[in-house]
Amino acid sequence: MPAFTPPPLPSEDKRWKIVNGTMRKNGFARHALIEALHTVQSSFGYLDDDSIRFVALSLRVPLSQAYGVATFYHYFTLKPPGKHTCTICAGTACYIKGADKLIAAAEKRLGIKQGQTTPDGEISLMTARCVGACSRAPVVLYDGQVRGEMTGEQMLRQLEGWASQ
Amino acid sequence: MSQVESDVKTLVIDEQEVSAQAGQTILEVALENEIKIPTLCHLEGLSDVGACRLCLVEIKGNSKLLPACVTVVQEGMEVSTNSERLQKHRRTILELLFAERNHICSVCVSNGHCELQTLGQEQGLTHVRLPYRNPELGVDASHERFTVDHNRCILCTRCVRVCAEIEGAHVWDVMGRGINSVVITDLHEEWGKSTCTRCGKCVQVCPTGALFDKSKIGSDHPKYPDFLPYLNLMREAQ
Amino acid sequence: MTIEELEQIAKTARQEREKYDFEVNVCMDLACASQGAGELKDALVKAAEASGKKVCVRRTGCMGPCSHGPLVRVDPEETLYHHVKQADAAAIVGHLGNQPVAPLQCDLHEHFDKQVRVVLENAGYIDPEKIEDYIARDGYKALLTVLMEMTPGGVVHRVTESGLRGRGGGGYPTGLKWSTVAKAKGDLKYVVCNGDEGDPGAFMDRSVMEGDPHRVIEGMAIAAYAVGASKGFIYVRAEYPVAVSRLTTALREARRHGLLGNNISNTPFNFDVEIRLGAGAFVCGEETALIASIEGKRGTPKPRPPYPASSGLWGKPTLINNVETYANIAPIVRNGGKWFFNMGSERSKGTKVFALTGKIANTGLVEVPMGIKLREIIEVIGGGVPEGHKFKAVQTGGPSGGCIPEEMLDIGVSYDALLKMGSIMGSGGMIVMDDTSCMVNVARFFIEFCMTESCGKCIPCRAGTAQMYTLLTRISTGTGTMDDLAMLEELCATVKETSLCGLGQTAPNPVLSTLKYFRNEYLEHILHKRCRAGVCTMEGIGTELANEVTA
Repeated sequence: MPAFTPPPLPSEDKRWKIVNGTMRKNGFARHALIEALHTVQSSFGYLDDDSIRFVALSLRVPLSQAYGVATFYHYFTLKPPGKHTCTICAGTACYIKGADKLIAAAEKRLGIKQGQTTPDGEISLMTARCVGACSRAPVVLYDGQVRGEMTGEQMLRQLEGWASQ
Repeated sequence: MSQVESDVKTLVIDEQEVSAQAGQTILEVALENEIKIPTLCHLEGLSDVGACRLCLVEIKGNSKLLPACVTVVQEGMEVSTNSERLQKHRRTILELLFAERNHICSVCVSNGHCELQTLGQEQGLTHVRLPYRNPELGVDASHERFTVDHNRCILCTRCVRVCAEIEGAHVWDVMGRGINSVVITDLHEEWGKSTCTRCGKCVQVCPTGALFDKSKIGSDHPKYPDFLPYLNLMREAQ
Repeated sequence: MTIEELEQIAKTARQEREKYDFEVNVCMDLACASQGAGELKDALVKAAEASGKKVCVRRTGCMGPCSHGPLVRVDPEETLYHHVKQADAAAIVGHLGNQPVAPLQCDLHEHFDKQVRVVLENAGYIDPEKIEDYIARDGYKALLTVLMEMTPGGVVHRVTESGLRGRGGGGYPTGLKWSTVAKAKGDLKYVVCNGDEGDPGAFMDRSVMEGDPHRVIEGMAIAAYAVGASKGFIYVRAEYPVAVSRLTTALREARRHGLLGNNISNTPFNFDVEIRLGAGAFVCGEETALIASIEGKRGTPKPRPPYPASSGLWGKPTLINNVETYANIAPIVRNGGKWFFNMGSERSKGTKVFALTGKIANTGLVEVPMGIKLREIIEVIGGGVPEGHKFKAVQTGGPSGGCIPEEMLDIGVSYDALLKMGSIMGSGGMIVMDDTSCMVNVARFFIEFCMTESCGKCIPCRAGTAQMYTLLTRISTGTGTMDDLAMLEELCATVKETSLCGLGQTAPNPVLSTLKYFRNEYLEHILHKRCRAGVCTMEGIGTELANEVTA
């Protein structure tokens, strides 16, 4: 049987080389699937059919299995994120301290539900399952920056700030 | 203890003394002795996943209920397969299944040949007390020969296993998780456009009317999964 | 690396420290960082340079009382400053060698006096990115001693003797687990560290991985030697990027110093560790699901037996312990099993780190001897519920645990006592709730969590949690009936007894414990359509008919 040749990179985009690098580092072994999907997401911001197909064929993981993995883990997203992301922590400590009210306020202000992006592609509203900053609950992440003891007012001000940019 | 003795185990299932080979599961030994334990995800010829929880049995001295399909017999085990506690749990599990999606026997192609329906009857399930969830699920009829109706799928994963383990194609898998799990072909693409080999094994192993042969619509549609042990036997000999 | 070389590094590090008259330690753990500790540290460095004093400004891991952050501790005086702002930097540096800055000083004697620090002994004292800091505080001494002087069996014996039980929640005796893996046949074995702290409201493991990463690596290496493994994996949540980066640095440093790799300390012992990222699945804290995830698959659990100890990662014997369990190993080796055994209560030995959060004055990380009363943790160490409100319950064990009421607070904390109360030790989250929390709503919150985190493999957990959520929603919106409550209780029993893995088997606990201790609140919602905490809005009243039609 001839040696396995991984499929060609989907395009000239340099980010595919980074993805390929992760897979090569793991010897193109099947168990590198999650690692490779992480690299896709950190490079492209999300996973789509093309990237999952490329990773699956490179690692020789059945397509359905790769898709099953990509949709099992909530950290992976199949939709492109907005320019800014507001992530409200919905862990227990944050919930007890009113994270549900923050979520409701943000949904109202942005006119979208959690997990969605505004139609103009500017802001994504996400929730997290505890980021581990519980002692400063409630916690909101603005583009990944953790901010503790958030009030609805402070959060809305940040959202206004993004919107007026 | 000599080697010969240790290869044979004796145990008690439902107050009946039985013997077994080391390594056999409780389910296998029970079947040999015509003791019926209800199963749903188990199918002879496929790997066992212990997922449906209908074959749970009680073992004396163990407070936990154990799945008969994957629990290996041990010397002196005392197994109870049909206690009141087990019957109650089995009925609740079946109720959960009936309420989970849209199971309407009267319009189902598998009416009269459905394992879920049969189990409901056997376990004395007369009505479902839980609120029906009525999820909006689709039907994919893109395949030239077969259809998948997700409303009738119970996520037993027999199709996933038969496709991966026997056919070797692994076209089916499960996407999402929890209550939102759905069986998919390839990258959640239409079955008709997928890498499906059109062998039809998944249809034959499906316990409900979720996977069916289009040519059988309107007629009787029994399923024939008995080819599996035979296929495995022939392969082992190679 | 030999013991002599290790001691030389420690000596050099200590000499380095002696060059300074003062050490200004800035807590840069997530909570303090979220309040501007990064900018504060930069300001302190600037102020120190400008002052001409011999000052070392150090970034450290979590100091503990997060609600007082950003925290700064000045050594050698051990002066603790709280709520420090960037603008305070000059004053702090200016007062070095004189009286402390009084308005910033915080007195938390009661908070600290009741604590015993084993796992957190280095937290707040070392720079987590400097291996020298760890070595200077006896780091890696245990590993090298073990390699030079102890047999693998001797190590297992010492851990067994300590009485240490798994800190991930289950409380399985660690020594027994180690000896099972040690006895398992196999030329290749694995050691796995479970850093998938998915329990919302818990962050002990994050703090340890971020604040003292070498401690985890050393514990894993000792475990590997004891059970005969040569390869390790640390499975960390992707939501903890700082932990991942600190561990990556620590692994690189450990390799560079010959503390990982082949022929460690010129012995035949080979061991190295790889990091694997989780991807947002609570169920991956369950060991068979964690293994599936490391193998790159969906994190669905498998029935046990076979246990990972005999057939784990890629079918090989695998030892899986939690972060905090590994963090206890080096001190046990250094101080002896008896030393550890003498701490704690009858069947729960040593200390336990808790993440104290919710409606309490001093939130943060605390480490207490097992057996301490819950009341002491909440009222003395935690400073109690802030004024104007009344304590209602403390939630332990996360989604697998339960809510403990006031009348049970005088019971000592141990695996068995918490289990008896209808909760579990869990990984160590402790969330205090006051009269503004509705217990029906809290139960619904946890069931919603379990429903979305259920892997979907087994029916009782997949469909059972979803049905429980529907019933709890009915009750909390004012449309629940007594029949719904009866059905809810029946579902609790089936989900608990028939689910495949720990997630499902414990998912009903928050409901069962609130039903046990706060049944009145359920009845008020059902019979009087009233929520005493004012959380549930009863918006469903009047829509019952509509519900029936769509149901």
